[in-house]
Amino acid sequence: MSVLTKQAPGSAAALAEQSGGQRRRGNSRRTNQRSGYLFLLPWFIGMLFTIIPFFASLYLAFTDYNLFTEPNFVGLANFQVMFEDPRLLQSLKVTFIYTFVSVPISLAVALLIALVLNRGLQGLAIYRSVYYLPSLLGGSVAIVMLWRYIFGNDGIVNGFLGLFGIQGPAWVTDPEFALSTLIVLNVWTFGSPMVIFLAGLRQVPAMYYEAASIDGASRWRQFRNITLPLISPIIFFNLIMQLIGSFQTFTQGYVMSGGTGGPADSTLFYNLYLYQKGFTEFEMGYASAMAWLLLMIIAIFTAINFIASKFWVFYDN
Amino acid sequence: MALLELPTKNRQKKEAPPEDALTGTPGTRFSRHLILCLVGLVMLYPLLWLISSSFKPSNDIFRQLGLWPENWDFSNYEQGWTALNQPFHVYLINSLIVVVFSIVGNIFSCALAAYAFARMEFTGRKLFFALMLGTLMLPGHVLLVPQYIIFSQLGWLDTYLPLIVPNFMATNAFFIFLMVQFMKALPKELDDAAQIDGCGPFRTFLRVIMPLCIPAMATTAIFTFISTWNEFFGPLLYIQNQDLYTVPLALRAFMDSEGQSMWGPMFAMSVVSIAPIIGFFIAGQKYLINGIATTGLK
Repeated sequence: MSVLTKQAPGSAAALAEQSGGQRRRGNSRRTNQRSGYLFLLPWFIGMLFTIIPFFASLYLAFTDYNLFTEPNFVGLANFQVMFEDPRLLQSLKVTFIYTFVSVPISLAVALLIALVLNRGLQGLAIYRSVYYLPSLLGGSVAIVMLWRYIFGNDGIVNGFLGLFGIQGPAWVTDPEFALSTLIVLNVWTFGSPMVIFLAGLRQVPAMYYEAASIDGASRWRQFRNITLPLISPIIFFNLIMQLIGSFQTFTQGYVMSGGTGGPADSTLFYNLYLYQKGFTEFEMGYASAMAWLLLMIIAIFTAINFIASKFWVFYDN
Repeated sequence: MALLELPTKNRQKKEAPPEDALTGTPGTRFSRHLILCLVGLVMLYPLLWLISSSFKPSNDIFRQLGLWPENWDFSNYEQGWTALNQPFHVYLINSLIVVVFSIVGNIFSCALAAYAFARMEFTGRKLFFALMLGTLMLPGHVLLVPQYIIFSQLGWLDTYLPLIVPNFMATNAFFIFLMVQFMKALPKELDDAAQIDGCGPFRTFLRVIMPLCIPAMATTAIFTFISTWNEFFGPLLYIQNQDLYTVPLALRAFMDSEGQSMWGPMFAMSVVSIAPIIGFFIAGQKYLINGIATTGLK
């Protein structure tokens, strides 16, 4: 934080002090105060629309609100129901599997490709663009729809497997495989962490590698002892952002299953279930409680990550 | 907050080294290119297949793995265009309305807030800045139910207002953060010079700082374009009237009603829906890549 808020030397206020008299200085400072708040006015209003709903949803989480009747306070009832709600537990399972399989794979692929791309290769910009493009499209309805047909019974994936005499499963309609198609889709969008990795790799001074190779360090040793520690903050950053993002997956599950989370709830993402509860069954108290549970899950995972980062993230100061 | 310091820290270090000399033997370079090309091909194949399928008769689509259509069929586009309640350009225009207002709103409101955070002195600035960074990580669904209630009380359901108005209130902390980073890099003397020449804070902002922030604004505009164009959840929640559907909703309606038989036309409209993103991507790559390298935006 300190870096971001550090004040540049020779600020306007300081300069006004040098050039102006007592009265002018006071005026200018007051003007600056007032215009500072004026510039932030839209943001203040926006914050009201964030803070009020934030606490309102906390309150609603303890009520039975259903959009049509006044909310009644029900204590912890929503949370108790949650732990006996099989669909909720299923949606947690789906979201966890999706996150803990696809995030490590896509980060590993992103890092690997970034390493191959990083140094001394022509055409970097072209490769980078080609790999990055899918990450802009991965969340669009068109691409999730496309995925549904690519993995369809007679889609191109099974067509391709057929060339080798393999009879592929019914990916989209088989509960065992439906989620894996979405994991593939998420891995397909590894381009955005890759670009961040590339930017990080560029910051590693080349002389470290020169020194290491003079000392006879192998490529693996160089990667293990130079690259990895120096880009560990970037890995950490990517990990946090990808985790937070994938816990909140919605469109993929919705479009793949036509809004149901099927087959057999195998693509019932947490946010999809939240949507069904809140906006098709109008159990908004329950939906708010669900939102807060997810917020807590995300907060816990982020906190664990921050604590664990002390042991593996290296800040080069 | 170490997490968010990171891009700044890297930025303040020395400039990235110039393009390195080629490394490795021609042999290893060749194998690297080979791997990269293969991976690239696998990644692009679904997109190319989508485009080529949009020119194939529906019956051919799943019979041919190849990319080059044996029988060209342009009627998919004609059929797809008129398959829903409204011709497809209505949905394109609907999406465009939401996108344009969102871009304008994001640029102005976020630039105003960023200017205050980056270059002004006032009580509570640090506190507000910390609050702003906090909202960066706040998952949006926590606010969902109360915001829905507010918007429905205001009578905004089935209008674009819930999708547009929040963008005029600097609710997208990512863009504020991006612009703060950018504005901090501009020399402070600019403001002082403008002040001496008699510019008030607003004129300084409008005439001096904004023109210098065009790259950051371009990044904001492109990211807003892409995320708003793809946005599915918001419209799903707030837009029921089919005539007001944005492109993603129209596509979903297409899939629900015709998806079993009219693959060709559906793929054609899918191509139409992602074409603007690809276009913007090609035009604005530089800003996109720099943008995600500095803030980690998706």
